[in-house]
Amino acid sequence: MEKKHSGKIPVKHIIGFALSLILTIAAAWVALGSGLPVGWIIAGTLVMAVIQAAIQLFLFMHLTETEGVGHGPWNMMFHGAIMVGIVVAGSLFTMVWAFDMGDMNMDMDKQHQNMQQEQMEHDM
Amino acid sequence: MSEQNLKTGPLEYRTEHGRMNITGFWIFLAAEVVLFSTLFATYAVLIGRTADGPVPSEIYEAKSALLMTFILLTSSFTCGIGIHEMRRGSKKGLITWLIITLILGFSFLGLEVDEFIKYATHEGVTLQTSAYWSSFFILAGTHGLHVTFGTGWLILLIIQVFQRGLTNVTSQKVFIVGLYWHFLDVVWIFIFTCVYLFGMVM
Repeated sequence: MEKKHSGKIPVKHIIGFALSLILTIAAAWVALGSGLPVGWIIAGTLVMAVIQAAIQLFLFMHLTETEGVGHGPWNMMFHGAIMVGIVVAGSLFTMVWAFDMGDMNMDMDKQHQNMQQEQMEHDM
Repeated sequence: MSEQNLKTGPLEYRTEHGRMNITGFWIFLAAEVVLFSTLFATYAVLIGRTADGPVPSEIYEAKSALLMTFILLTSSFTCGIGIHEMRRGSKKGLITWLIITLILGFSFLGLEVDEFIKYATHEGVTLQTSAYWSSFFILAGTHGLHVTFGTGWLILLIIQVFQRGLTNVTSQKVFIVGLYWHFLDVVWIFIFTCVYLFGMVM
């Protein structure tokens, strides 16, 4: 066990650092130099960001080290990531996308008109 | 997690107290993830709500955003090397790499403060400009505040390691500040992607 942590060259860290730099440059190129449609840029750079976050967690933060702390770290980060998904996607869904799906205002207008009509018929 | 103290393995895991503190810190990090998720959600909802004011694509500069990212990535790397040196039992190595991390942390903060001042004075973009810019300053500012706190924490721990050497207690503290520092880099990766890159293309 001792040996695993005492190598002279921190191979994991060097690999992680090199990958992080490559992914950062790649993400910047995809966004600014590739000329891809915006939707693809968003999806591509997000995927690269998630990979980079995983590099930090697995290669730098010893996420899978179970000798001292069991599976706690993995549980915390896994459920944290799920919470992020729910909070961010849920907010976008309720406050942005619902309005872009369109026709919501039209439906309301129609309803309004119908109600007015009914009211008029009733009055007559 | 057994009651007894271990004789082998990294110093920070040897006492039950140390193991509990590290587990507890992971729980704290999960809470931090949720805190930042609310700020990211606010930001995502307010994208485009610039109220006829400046739009992000004319404000953000790829060069400075990339430079900040590289500095923070490198500081996360040097901090990791510090922990590696600590596990090899090298107090000198640990202190050296932590000081390098600290200097990089200060460089990052300097660039961020410079950026915010430039936005406020030259571009006329402040917290009050529009809903979008409010959410930007709160998100990036909260991260910056965390980095500021982290630099203070690092300074105190460097002093403590210098005075007391590598013990079960000090290595557990350094390991935890290392987790915190790497975590700040995770948050920054998403700020770089979702704020700066998306801001420049949308």
